[in-house]
Amino acid sequence: MKMPRQEEIWLIISVGVLVLSMVFTGYQTFALGMGPPSNKETLDPQKVDEHPLFSEPGVYETGENEYEIVMTLEAFSFNPGDIEIPAGAEVTFIMTSKDVVHGMQIAGTNVNAMVLPGHIQTITETFDEPGEYLILCNEYCGAGHQLMATTITVK
Amino acid sequence: MEAFSFENIKEKTKEKLGANPKDAKLSLTYFSVSFITLFIGAVLGLLQGLNRAGLLELPAGFDYYQVLTSHGILFVLVFTTTFVIGYFYAGISHIHEGLLPKVRKMGWIAFALLVIGVVLVFIPVISGDASVMYTFYPPMQAHPMFYIGLVFLVLGIWTAAIGVWTSAFDWKRKNKGKHLPLFTYFAVGAFLLTFLGSLGVTAEVLYLIPWSLGWVETVNVLLSRTLFWAFGHTLVNVWYLVAVSAWYVAVPKIIGGKLFSDTLARVVVILSVVLNVPGGFHHQIIDPGFSHGLKFMHVFMSLSIALPSLMTAFAMFAVFTKTGIKKGGKGLFGWVTKLPWGDVRFLAPMIAMIAFIFGGAGGIAQTNNQLNQVVHNSLWVVGHFHLTVGTTVAVTFFGISYWLIPYLSGRVMTKKLNRLGLIQTITWALGMLLMAGSMHWVGLLGSPRRTSYTTYGDNLTALGWDPYLIFLAVGGTLLMIGAILMLYIVIHLMFFAPKGKTEFPIAQPDYFAPPTPKWTERWGLWITVAVVIISMGYLVPLVDIIMNAPPGSPGFKTW
Repeated sequence: MKMPRQEEIWLIISVGVLVLSMVFTGYQTFALGMGPPSNKETLDPQKVDEHPLFSEPGVYETGENEYEIVMTLEAFSFNPGDIEIPAGAEVTFIMTSKDVVHGMQIAGTNVNAMVLPGHIQTITETFDEPGEYLILCNEYCGAGHQLMATTITVK
Repeated sequence: MEAFSFENIKEKTKEKLGANPKDAKLSLTYFSVSFITLFIGAVLGLLQGLNRAGLLELPAGFDYYQVLTSHGILFVLVFTTTFVIGYFYAGISHIHEGLLPKVRKMGWIAFALLVIGVVLVFIPVISGDASVMYTFYPPMQAHPMFYIGLVFLVLGIWTAAIGVWTSAFDWKRKNKGKHLPLFTYFAVGAFLLTFLGSLGVTAEVLYLIPWSLGWVETVNVLLSRTLFWAFGHTLVNVWYLVAVSAWYVAVPKIIGGKLFSDTLARVVVILSVVLNVPGGFHHQIIDPGFSHGLKFMHVFMSLSIALPSLMTAFAMFAVFTKTGIKKGGKGLFGWVTKLPWGDVRFLAPMIAMIAFIFGGAGGIAQTNNQLNQVVHNSLWVVGHFHLTVGTTVAVTFFGISYWLIPYLSGRVMTKKLNRLGLIQTITWALGMLLMAGSMHWVGLLGSPRRTSYTTYGDNLTALGWDPYLIFLAVGGTLLMIGAILMLYIVIHLMFFAPKGKTEFPIAQPDYFAPPTPKWTERWGLWITVAVVIISMGYLVPLVDIIMNAPPGSPGFKTW
């Protein structure tokens, strides 16, 4: 297929932009560790309460200003809720669902992860700015989906 | 030159004969359902817009999530499917000089299957037993009738596809050694893509039926999602390919120009069929259960879908500038003024194309993993597909209706209807601009999709979204007006406009256009390539999901 010269230029430039965006995405994922939440551990979704980790959801300090928040999601609540952490804390959320598919998002940050029953999802965020952040469910999960929210307060 | 004048004569005889009445009846039946669906879907859309703006509380008997499930199914499965089948069957009838009797019969059988499917799906939705959205993610468990209805919908679409392929085979047999007409080529490609995409969701639905009936205890949640999205995104791109078919085939003729390149158009079809299905994976970028490496490979697979669109963008602007300059447009932008802006058959697809510049750019952005994480499941995504589907696809379909419906009903467009059509197009575009624009913005701020009006207990962040959400109601109102105008115009074009002959616009290649190469007809090869690419995208993750699956999930009814 013979293409007009202008078309070749157009395609080279636009495909170049696409390749560049891929390079950025790849660099962020593999060199800077900014890849999307992709944990591969699993558990029995009907035995979450008996699971060694999820039997006691809560906020755990694991290092100097490092925290793990073990969290269960169910229609229509986050457990634990109304979380408080100090400013500058690096927080790893370790989550699973006890019923349907949920989505965990913290407005104003890049924290956004699907939480599926049977799967353990993790996502890490450093909270430098003090304030109250809204945690909400962003995957439709039933009649009370619009009520499924809590907060994380950075002091 | 011989061949061209012969084609012209053939073209003229067809104009005299008009549409085959039996085929016209079939397509008009499809279009009737399509535009009634548009109207109902718009009413439901307005109700959601008003709710999201905090202006209207929906009653418990027909709550927000039932309205949203219905709106999604009506637009995603009914409006588009019926329009696409009506359009391709009408075009094939026109170009092949009437549908084969068995193909016409398939058209009606497909229609019956679709009607049965829609009824079965909507009974549980309306009675409150299937508020699961059109994505029906398990372990939310709808009434079994919902899934059985989906099977009928798939069977209807497959029947329509077989009809199109039968027509193409028949044409090839009767015209040995010649290229399939470009319009039919698009039809074959669009239905092939639909078929390839539907395999995943069909497997999913067949797997969910025994679970919903209680015969099987649990279900693999991640597997279902993955099978669904192999279909979900492909379907969207099928409609887009249908819109593109009208841009290549009809729009150049409407503006008095020539086909840009027959070969390029066919390459766009091939690439769309071959590359599309794995693209669905980008709906699962922030899912657990997949590695970073796999997700990165899918960035490539998703971005590759942009390639045929970039080719189309060039071809369209080439046609516009060439035609504008030929008509006497001077200077760098003189050609713009020579385009028939006052002709709704041109204005509608043109606005559709302009919307796709932004829709496509947004799509490229949100396909990149980390950027996707910022907007996933926010209203940004809803804004995105109201640009691509709600504007680009829908407005092109409206643009097609302005000539195809009078062609089929043996009537002509009047000046008054054309003016009304221009108002319709602008109202719709403005409504979408306001609605989709504010959805994009408020989505970036974090406002989630598929959520009825809430302030999360007067949370300050959530309250800050309210000013933007007002525009969902404003845009929704304009879109409602647009839908009413469209229904009015369609009814007029079907039953009341003056009788006469309307042209079915088909652009011809330039005299000096090089012949289309033979390899474009090698469907066996393209199907093989498509299967290889689909396997590359899905084989490893599917095996992984099945082999390393956690214990399954029982069903839940959380609404």
